Amino acid sequence: MKYASEYRDPALAKGLVAAIAAEVKGYPGVMTLMEVCGTHTMSIYQHGICSLLPASIRLISGPGCPVCVTPIGYVDRAVAYARQPDTIIATFGDMVRVPGSSSSLLREQADGAQVKVVYSPLDAVALAEKHPEKTVIFLGVGFETTTPTVAGSIVAAKQRGLRNYFVFGAHKTIPTPMAVLTSDPELKVDGYLCPAHVSAVIGANAYRPLAEQHHVPCVVTGFEPLDMLRGIQLLARQVVAGEARVETEYSRIVKPEGNQKAQALLAEVFEPCDTPWRGIGVIPDSGLKIREAYAAFDAERQLPVAVEEPQEHQGCRCGEILKGKLTPKDCPLFRRACTPENPVGACMVSSEGTCAAEYKYGC
Amino acid sequence: MCLAVPMKVAEIDDRTAICEVDGVRREVSLMLLDDVEVGDFVLLHAGFAIEKIDPDEAEKTLAVFREVLDAGMVPE
Repeated sequence: MKYASEYRDPALAKGLVAAIAAEVKGYPGVMTLMEVCGTHTMSIYQHGICSLLPASIRLISGPGCPVCVTPIGYVDRAVAYARQPDTIIATFGDMVRVPGSSSSLLREQADGAQVKVVYSPLDAVALAEKHPEKTVIFLGVGFETTTPTVAGSIVAAKQRGLRNYFVFGAHKTIPTPMAVLTSDPELKVDGYLCPAHVSAVIGANAYRPLAEQHHVPCVVTGFEPLDMLRGIQLLARQVVAGEARVETEYSRIVKPEGNQKAQALLAEVFEPCDTPWRGIGVIPDSGLKIREAYAAFDAERQLPVAVEEPQEHQGCRCGEILKGKLTPKDCPLFRRACTPENPVGACMVSSEGTCAAEYKYGC
Repeated sequence: MCLAVPMKVAEIDDRTAICEVDGVRREVSLMLLDDVEVGDFVLLHAGFAIEKIDPDEAEKTLAVFREVLDAGMVPE
């Protein structure tokens, strides 16, 4: 695959691993680097990157798996929608198995609910067009990479005059929780590997306040293994030098200003709002809600439904794992009560969750 | 969830393209991207092209990786 396989060359990887070791030689102590994005977490485990790094570099996973940070109450409401008559739930695959307080979409599907996994929000719009007699609800979960595509689906539904397409949204933005984590005294992050494709949309400049006001170095890094190693090298170099700048390793995709057309479409349909993050709590202005002009497509406004009282699962430590304060092995349920076949918490359900990655690949 | 696939643009019809990778072809919305031409490589996420791949920057990044080897960097 062009623009992917070249960035997986083992010989070049060995060179970069040696370059990282040279970069941190003589560094006193251990530097903590957080990969914010779930796709980075997956790449680190999948390619065994943590086992290649010198002891003075510690990688921790951040809150960048959108399924994992979605509160349990959201899943409960999605389950409640799935139980409504003449309703089709359209969703990305990851959400289907996430346990709510007493059920999951998968269980509802087994009981006869119509839950369809789609690749694109436009596939959900096509479902609404094909089934005008049904209410089609798309579960809009994701960060800035995905939200413009959901905005696109709403605009497309409006253009086609659809009245049966709705989005139940839990969209979140990435730089705001990074600032919150940076201010957490229990969690000392020395540098951020910033997400690849969120940054394609928002641009590398979005991290400048983190570097300039919070003095934490940021390197926008691609998802391929060589990209990851190079990103870690650049970040380690800044930490050693005591610098805090925004650098972009992933320059073949990410521009300083990002994709302004995608930003404009996102801003046309969505506006910032306060939103709850699982394990972190409500963060002001860290979510995106549908604007009044598009309220006709907002499931929350248009489709009231009774939802059970949310109940978090006892013993699950997803909250601390999402903040990088604990690792999966610190959770008493990990590998025992909580496995990929029978997940208790979202970090085990999502293929990009830290617990799922640790279970599958170890490190 | 933010995975995306680099694909080559094979055909364009207004705001929709047919893109291909390794023999797989699929329809891609160009709603989020301007100035796309046949032969460009784009990054596909959830059915939308979200950015063009800059071939010069792609080569520059690979060149940096190779420089590390040329500098004699080998694992201890």
